[in-house]
Amino acid sequence: MTRPPITRRGFAASGAAALLAAGAGLAVPARAQGLAPTASMRGGANNYLPGAPLVDRIGGGGFVMSGTVRRAGDGAPLSGIRIQVWAHTTEGRERDPHSHGATLTDADGLFRIEMPQIVPVFGQPHGHLAYDSGAFQTVFLRPVMASARDTSLSADFVLQPA
Amino acid sequence: MTRARAILAWGAIAALLAWPLVAAAGSPYLQYRDPVYVAASFAGIAGLSLLVLQPLLAAGLLPALAGRTGRRLHRWTGVALLLAVAVHVAGLWITSPPDMVDALTFTAPTAFSAFGVVAMGALVAAAVLAARRTALGLRPRTWRLAHTGAALVVAAASVSHAALIEGTMGPLSKIAACTAVAGALAVAIRRLRPWAGPARARRDRGAA
Repeated sequence: MTRPPITRRGFAASGAAALLAAGAGLAVPARAQGLAPTASMRGGANNYLPGAPLVDRIGGGGFVMSGTVRRAGDGAPLSGIRIQVWAHTTEGRERDPHSHGATLTDADGLFRIEMPQIVPVFGQPHGHLAYDSGAFQTVFLRPVMASARDTSLSADFVLQPA
Repeated sequence: MTRARAILAWGAIAALLAWPLVAAAGSPYLQYRDPVYVAASFAGIAGLSLLVLQPLLAAGLLPALAGRTGRRLHRWTGVALLLAVAVHVAGLWITSPPDMVDALTFTAPTAFSAFGVVAMGALVAAAVLAARRTALGLRPRTWRLAHTGAALVVAAASVSHAALIEGTMGPLSKIAACTAVAGALAVAIRRLRPWAGPARARRDRGAA
């Protein structure tokens, strides 16, 4: 079998195409295929009290707040990351210190903390979560429950190194 | 209208206005709210109920309150509405200042916040038009169109605001109140014909 040689014209055309693609951003380096960082949500930081204590659970528990924490770009799970949680619950208002607590992610980047049942406040059943520990850029989340009767809520963080 | 019909009509109106308040009074969420927040919630519900009365008073459609009596009461109901909104906003501000600041600056994550602020702005506009009617010196038809236009925005934005909120109001009483607000305004506008100017509208009504 004979292989047709690359013609001079073919070589020039493919070279020009490659240059065009790179210039137009069509061919991009591998890093940009990675995970984009999570942006803070509107109202996420409302009634935030910095430095919530690490607790086994907030108040009497019964409601589960959980999620994952990964690194932007490669998506690697981040362990030992401090996530702060607060909400208006059956046991207190958003701004009451006893409505706030923090937990750490495990080796797989998962966090899970129990808190009292969230009740709707300001027109929506919602919770607040924060990553605000310095090593990565600060993120405030404000997930909304599909139903006020839900007994769990989750939120995922993708953090960008500070 | 006969006396019996008037009593029936007033009974129906009173029941319609009281229903949302009674339903909200039984809400399980109340036990997790402090008094200021509860007062703010009920002021909002009362405001929605007053929005049912307001156009009916203006158009003289309420039994025994036609004409001048109805219009005088329309002014006082307007003042009550302003007070209800003031208590609503102040109470929510005390409950959670950052959430109220977000609402007032149109940066809240919830659409109903923006609707609420728009309704409040239109209510203030309608009230200023009423209070400064002589000083403004607008032609009667222009004034009526402006005041009715503001009222339309108040009603539409208030209904959107209430409908999207998950709070103490029962869903059925909320639908009833919102439908009544829209219906009352539509009936009043049909009767008052603000686009025709007061004299012509009165003449046409008399002829019909």
